[in-house]
Amino acid sequence: MTDKARSRTLTTMFRLGNGAGFSGDRIDAPGPVVDTLIARGGPAAIFFEVLGERTVALAQLEKRRDPARGYEPMLERLLEPILEKCARNGISIIGNFGAANPAGAARAIARLAERAGLGSLRIGVVEGDDLAANIDLAQLEVVDADATLEQGGSEIVSANAYLSAQPIVEALRSGAQIVVTGRCGDPSLALAPLIHHYGWAADDWDRLAWGSAVGHLLECGSQVTGGVYYDPGFKDIPDPANIGFPIAEVSAHGRIVITKADATGGVVNLQVVKEQLIYEVHDPANYITPDVTLDFSGVSLRQAGADRVEVLGVRGKPAPERLKATVCFEGGWLGEGEISVAGPNCLARAKSIAEVLLARLRRRKLKVHSRVDLIGIASVHDDDGGTLWRAYTGPEPGDIRVRLAVAGAEHDDVDQAAREVLALLCCGPAGSGGARWRTTQRIRTQSYLVPRASVSPRVSVKPAREWR
Amino acid sequence: MQNLEELVTVPLHAVAHGRAGDKGNRLNVSVIPYEAEAYALLAAQLTPERVLALFAHRCAAKVTRYDLPLLHAFNFVIDDVLEGGVNGSLNLDGHGKTNSFRLLSLPVQVPRRLVRSPA
Repeated sequence: MTDKARSRTLTTMFRLGNGAGFSGDRIDAPGPVVDTLIARGGPAAIFFEVLGERTVALAQLEKRRDPARGYEPMLERLLEPILEKCARNGISIIGNFGAANPAGAARAIARLAERAGLGSLRIGVVEGDDLAANIDLAQLEVVDADATLEQGGSEIVSANAYLSAQPIVEALRSGAQIVVTGRCGDPSLALAPLIHHYGWAADDWDRLAWGSAVGHLLECGSQVTGGVYYDPGFKDIPDPANIGFPIAEVSAHGRIVITKADATGGVVNLQVVKEQLIYEVHDPANYITPDVTLDFSGVSLRQAGADRVEVLGVRGKPAPERLKATVCFEGGWLGEGEISVAGPNCLARAKSIAEVLLARLRRRKLKVHSRVDLIGIASVHDDDGGTLWRAYTGPEPGDIRVRLAVAGAEHDDVDQAAREVLALLCCGPAGSGGARWRTTQRIRTQSYLVPRASVSPRVSVKPAREWR
Repeated sequence: MQNLEELVTVPLHAVAHGRAGDKGNRLNVSVIPYEAEAYALLAAQLTPERVLALFAHRCAAKVTRYDLPLLHAFNFVIDDVLEGGVNGSLNLDGHGKTNSFRLLSLPVQVPRRLVRSPA
C-alpha cells in the first residue's frame, strides 16, 4: 500500500452510487445519485451496469450493421446530465456501456465531453474481453448451470470473458475520470474504485469481498431500493414512479451502509436488502466473481437509520482459477401472435382458439416448436403443454388474451406460424379481435470456463480530444 | 403454549416475501418470513420435495434449499425449470421472474397472529 493510499484509509469514507441496473433502466435515475454524492462531499464514484447475458450479442449484431455502433444505445442520454458535474467534482464514472464496441462508446463520450468544454476529460477503455476470434469451445468446460441447455452447433455471434476489476483499477491509476468496459464481472465495476481508493491488494480476499458485496447489492440499481420489491398492501414504498437509486458508504475497515439518493422515492430496509442479497445467488457460501469468491453465510443486517442498512459479516475466499465466458450463438427464430376475446363464453372461445391454432400448425406441417398461453387464465406459470390452462374450469374472467409462441430454425416456417393468429381475424370464433404478430431473431447463450492465461485485458487512457 | 394456538392454512404470501432470479436454466427464489418467529415453522414445511412438486409441470429436475438463519431467509435453487432459459424458452417470462409468486402461493399452516392482511 502506498503512503497516499494509507492516509486515505485513515481519513476518508468512500461513497459509491449506481446509475443503472440494466440496459433499459430509467434514464433520469443517475442525476439525483450524483447530486447526493456532491452534497455529501468526499471521494465518490458512480457505476452503470447495462450488460445482460444477451446484450453483447445484440450489440454485436448492431455493430455488423453499423461499425460505429454496438455500444449501449442510451449512453448519451444516461451520461449527458451528469458528465460535467462528475468531472468538476472528482466523481469517477465506471460503466460497461462498451458492450461490443468499447472504443466506439469512448468516442461517443468524447463527443459529449467536448460539447461540454471538457476536452481534457480522461477517458479509459478496457478491452480484451472479446474472445470470439480465437475461442475453441471443444477445449472448454461448460458452466454447471448451463449443462442441460442445448449445446453449441450454430454460428457464434459473440464470446466474451468476464474480466476482473483489475483492468479498471489500472485505468483509474492512469488518471481515467471515466472508464468504459465491455464484459466484466458486474460487481467488479463497483469493486474497482474501492481497490483504487483504498489500495487493497489483489489477494486481500475479505476486503475484495466487501467491495464485491457492495457491487452485488447495487448492480441492479433500484432493486435494492424498492424496485422488484413493492407489493401493494404488503410491502409498500413511497413514490414508486421515482425510486431513488442506491448509494453505498464503504469505510476502509469494511463498514458498509446501503442508502439511496436524496429527495427520491423508494426505500432501503432490511426486507429489500435481504431480497437483493440473495438475488441470483445459488450457494450463499460460494458466490463466484472474477475477483473473489464471496461467502454470505455469515451476513447479518442492521437498520442504521431511515433508508440506511448496515451489512455485516461478508467474508472472502480465493478467486476462481478460471474466468467465466459467455458465448452467444444464432438461435433461430421466435414467432409470436396474440388475439383477444372478452365477455360471455370467452373461456370456451379462448380454448377453441388455442386448439384451432395448434391444429393449423399440424395441418400445414410447419417445422416449429409451439406453445399457447391463455393470458388471464394461466401463462407465465404454465408449461409449453398448457397444463394449467387446460385444467382450468372457472370462474370465467371478463377478458382473455390468447398467445401463440413458436420457435424454429427457418424464418419462413416461424413467420407463417405466427401469421396463423392474424388469419383468425376472419377465420376465428365469434368476437375475437386485436391481433398482433411478430417474428424476431433469437440468440442462444452458453457459459464456459476459460483459463485466465488465455485472456489478455488491454487498457488505454487518453483525453477526450484524442479519442475523436 | 404455542402448540395450543389455532393454526390457519394460508398462502405463503401471507407470511413471507421473496424474489426470483435466473442463471441459465436454473432459477433461484428467496423466501423471507416477515416475522423471525415464522422461520422455524416454515423450515419444517417448505421442503425441497414440496417446492419441486409445485414446478413439476415445467419439468424441474431438482430443488436445493439453502438456509440463512442469521437473515431468517431461505434460498431455493430450482434446476432445469426455465425450459431453456431466457434465450430458449417460449414462455413470456423467459427469465422466470414471476415464479417467486408461484412459490408464494404454496399453502402453509401458521398461527393466526403471524398472518398479514393487506394494509
